[in-house]
Amino acid sequence: MTDTTTTASPTAMAPATEGRRVSPRVAVLISETRLFFREPANLFWIIVFPSLILVILGCVPMFREENDDLGGLRLIDIYVPIAVLVAQIVAGIQAMPPTLTGYRERGILRRMSTTPARPSTLLAVQMLLNSALAVLSALLVITVGRLVFSVDLPSHVGGYAVGLLLATAACLATGALVSALASTSRYAAGFASAIFFPALFCVGVWIPVRSMPDTLANVVELTPFGAAASALEQAAAGGWPDWSLLGTLVAWAVVLTAAAIRWFRWE
Amino acid sequence: MRPAPPPREPVGMTTTSIPRATSEPIIEVTDLHKSYGGRAVVNGVSFSVEEGEIFGILGLNGAGKTTTVECIEGLRKPDSGRIRVAGLDPVTEHKAVTNVLGSQLQESDLQAKLTVREALELYSSFYARPLDWKPLAERLNLTAKLTTRFGGLSGGQKQRLFIALALIGAPRVVVLDELTTGLDPRARRDTWELIEDVRDSGVTVILVTHIMEEAQRLCDRIALIGQGRISALDTPSGLVGRTAGSTVISFTPSAPLDNESLSSLPGLTDVEYKNDRITLSGSDETVNAVISLLVRSRITAHQLRVSDATLDDAFLDLTKS
Repeated sequence: MTDTTTTASPTAMAPATEGRRVSPRVAVLISETRLFFREPANLFWIIVFPSLILVILGCVPMFREENDDLGGLRLIDIYVPIAVLVAQIVAGIQAMPPTLTGYRERGILRRMSTTPARPSTLLAVQMLLNSALAVLSALLVITVGRLVFSVDLPSHVGGYAVGLLLATAACLATGALVSALASTSRYAAGFASAIFFPALFCVGVWIPVRSMPDTLANVVELTPFGAAASALEQAAAGGWPDWSLLGTLVAWAVVLTAAAIRWFRWE
Repeated sequence: MRPAPPPREPVGMTTTSIPRATSEPIIEVTDLHKSYGGRAVVNGVSFSVEEGEIFGILGLNGAGKTTTVECIEGLRKPDSGRIRVAGLDPVTEHKAVTNVLGSQLQESDLQAKLTVREALELYSSFYARPLDWKPLAERLNLTAKLTTRFGGLSGGQKQRLFIALALIGAPRVVVLDELTTGLDPRARRDTWELIEDVRDSGVTVILVTHIMEEAQRLCDRIALIGQGRISALDTPSGLVGRTAGSTVISFTPSAPLDNESLSSLPGLTDVEYKNDRITLSGSDETVNAVISLLVRSRITAHQLRVSDATLDDAFLDLTKS
């Protein structure tokens, strides 16, 4: 700033020191993670709510009784995978779309596209964060089930993991499509709620899929949520999930993702 | 100061604040066309911006100002025409352009819960060679607000942060789009000083505005855009001088002046009577003629005022045709 040909000014300053610099992707990840934890509502719904449902249901004595209709299982056993899927639905469909749509609506993506960083980084980081927390919440549900209600851990861990990850992917893809189609974050929230409750129904929050009438169960298993519920239940019981269920999940994830990419607008 | 000035620049031109140096224009727009749904928003706009100047883009709402700068920023793809920013194409060489050009966008927020400090750190991570954000924040008077979240900032503070974010990549040119819209007069004036400061540091400024006073005070040159075309491109005083009746003379005569001697004044374009007060529009010549007319008629002119027409008048005059 001692240069005599220029006056003191905002840009007549030394460039930032090299070293300890993080890449744009990592910086966005750090920043979005921080912001995520500043939204107590999101944290409650994604992390606390699914386990809370399990605890509340488990407080009902009937849920802890062995049931011959369920092959000797207790209702609480059946509800662990359901609560696991509730976490995926809350994160992917309820929490993520208003955030992404808001980023577009409020010009945050636009501002980013005037920098060397790509705005798609922001979308990718949001998906990563929501899915990571959804999986974390799933693990919390399983832990609570095990410790509080002595629910057996999934017998077929590999099958359970595959089913869970595909369910996460399908829920995120659904949320991404909602973000793509909704023009404002309020619209996105409304649109998301319209899918949220049917999705909860399909994973069996009101009636577990296995207790549904056959025709209904067959229809529900065509949705990503019903397919995920049956896949997790089979893996919990110790088998590799039916390929038809996993295939249904993959198909939904692919189609919904493609549709979201096709219709997503950057502004 | 700037990294790569052309070597043939003559000695003595090192002061970066001198507009129109002999170097290549930093921005060149040639015959730009852009339409939405068949409606031509930008219809054959051409201009170039020299390094070191404050270049104003002035026009009514919907005239095509923002679309023009969005094409320069590479946010929109022109239907036809050629744009170069420091020799780069904003569409095909977008990333390279973002390193040269900083943008403060109209209607573009940040995450409400991001603090000023976090925003500065985040945006500096996007650039390979950012400025140190601490002195930048200091200069933009943001130091006291570093821990404040974006949602808690006033309009003026937000705009200062946006200017900081536009400058953080050490650009050679910044686009400021309707920067002072919605600011109170005090904040507006502070922002103007800041813009002059930015230019004095060697950064070229493109200022999009519909506020005449702002353009007149800050800009070295102004492109007047109306209905997707440039209707005039000149210095502020050139634009004002271009309009008929660029000088306004008003006074209250001690005795009535006859109409005929007034209307035969040289260079006169308009006469207005309001109560006892006479307002004449004309040129320098008219001023002298009025004074000798008054002396000859032995009439005293009370509250005699001679003023230049404002850019406002010029703007209205030029967009009328």
